[in-house]
Amino acid sequence: MSKEEKKTMKEMYDSQMKQFFEFVESMKKSLGVPMFPDMKTGRAQYLDQREITLKFVISIENIKDFFNALADGKLLATKCENCNEIYFPPQRDCPKCKASGLGWIELSREGELITFTQINVKPYSFSHYDDYIVGIVRLPEGVNVTAWVREKDPRKLKPGMKMRLEIVKREPENYYTYEWVPVK
Amino acid sequence: MSRNVAIVGVGHSKFGVRNDVSLPELAWESIKMALNDAGIEQKDIGYVVVSNVGGWSSEPLPAVVINEYAGICPTGTVRVEAACASGSAAVKLAYDMVASGHVDIAMAVGVEKMNESPTPTVVEFIGRAGNYFWEFQNFGLTFPGYYALYMTAYMNKYNAKEEDFCKVAVKNHYYGARNPKAQFQKEITVEKCMASRYIAWPIKLYDSSPITDGSAAVILASEEVAKQLTDSPVWIRAIGYASDTSNLSKRENFTSLKAGYLAGERAYKMAGIDKENVLKVFDVAEVHDCFTIAEVMAYEDLGFAKRGEGIEMIRNEETYIGGKIPVNLSGGLKAKGHPIAATGEGMIAELTNQLLSRVEKDRQAPIKNGYALAHNIGGTGHYAYVTILSLSKS
Repeated sequence: MSKEEKKTMKEMYDSQMKQFFEFVESMKKSLGVPMFPDMKTGRAQYLDQREITLKFVISIENIKDFFNALADGKLLATKCENCNEIYFPPQRDCPKCKASGLGWIELSREGELITFTQINVKPYSFSHYDDYIVGIVRLPEGVNVTAWVREKDPRKLKPGMKMRLEIVKREPENYYTYEWVPVK
Repeated sequence: MSRNVAIVGVGHSKFGVRNDVSLPELAWESIKMALNDAGIEQKDIGYVVVSNVGGWSSEPLPAVVINEYAGICPTGTVRVEAACASGSAAVKLAYDMVASGHVDIAMAVGVEKMNESPTPTVVEFIGRAGNYFWEFQNFGLTFPGYYALYMTAYMNKYNAKEEDFCKVAVKNHYYGARNPKAQFQKEITVEKCMASRYIAWPIKLYDSSPITDGSAAVILASEEVAKQLTDSPVWIRAIGYASDTSNLSKRENFTSLKAGYLAGERAYKMAGIDKENVLKVFDVAEVHDCFTIAEVMAYEDLGFAKRGEGIEMIRNEETYIGGKIPVNLSGGLKAKGHPIAATGEGMIAELTNQLLSRVEKDRQAPIKNGYALAHNIGGTGHYAYVTILSLSKS
């Protein structure tokens, strides 16, 4: 395989955008305004001269135990002590009986694969990964957990297969998350 | 009790990569058409509901930008969001304004310019439309990915093949090829669809609706005003609605869209239609085919086919003209294109033209009973609206 073919989707996206911006910069230099013809249609376009980055700050104050436990290798859910409803993703409040400050339980590690897909065309912020499989697994507690499945070929998976949950470090970002592993 | 509401004018822009126009110019194309169709002036409109999801386009307050450009000011306006069903939600709000007696004429206009951002950014924005924190943040699902979860489960449960789903794409391209407003006006084959690359296995490029710019507008009027404006009003007989969980992991099954089913039930009940009889009632339907699996589930959720038999319907070509019920004669989202928040008004505009027998001859459904149905899903079954139109008032 040539070096060219080994490029990740992100490198491809980035090099296309770089080329595009360089083209518009050269047009701007000669015309004095950031206008350029669309490469396919020739229609006049204006390149936005402002830019923002979106990176959100999200409160987890009321579910921080989930993330502390994850770092300790456990997957937790919340459980309403009043009506016994289990919540995953975990939430502080029980809308069923309106109780608040729900308690924590550790979830089972084995379940059954309900459905899955492999993401081939990736969003920009996931474009540095190889194609990944996402599956939804039902646990004996009656809740479903969505996560990546450790498998490269979707044809090797089938709904109904047994899956085991592992807490893993996501690289290159270097943080704990969880992943399904097919039980052989 | 609420008042009867009629559609008195519709407009529909060409869908596609519309980098020949700006957002307000694109909206104006369909607004102008709808005003002319209704034979009214801007000052006659009592309220404007704008549907636009945006994020990928530059104007954060599209409603006021569009209304200023279109000379509809200071009428009163709002922008609504119900993901890909925003357009039907806009029609619902405009309908309510008229039905309640607040105004005599209201307009719903949907517009989307998805191509103001590069494709990877658009893929990112749509992928985030579900539950951002628990689904996207760690697992990077995409819009086709969410529907692929349904396609995998459906194929497994009902022994459907990828080839079967491609037949939906073939049908919708067949009609898109006959619609000058469609983004794709070329017929395709099952082989071509099967040879297209996977974007979210088992969904391939040709199972998928494109990234689209477009606008559509619908003008609604009270019975009294409608009678003054037109001899051929199209009546809104029912708008059914429902919603579902943001996290797909909380869904009961992955072979149907519960919100779509419930919205249909509600609409049938409002219109007094027996669900057992739907194939005998409707002359034509537009259903939400953002992906081929979505059209198959829609057949079943709406009662066109029994559970598991939607796939048979497309195998047997029963949703072409001449079949049990013609579906997506516009080309659907698949071939006409899917400008997210303009799709709903686009469906209503198309069906109005179908009922009035004024679309291109080779994609015109024979109108016998004068009933049409629009099924518009937002997100992955997160929102659902089913609108029933009729040539008769009751």
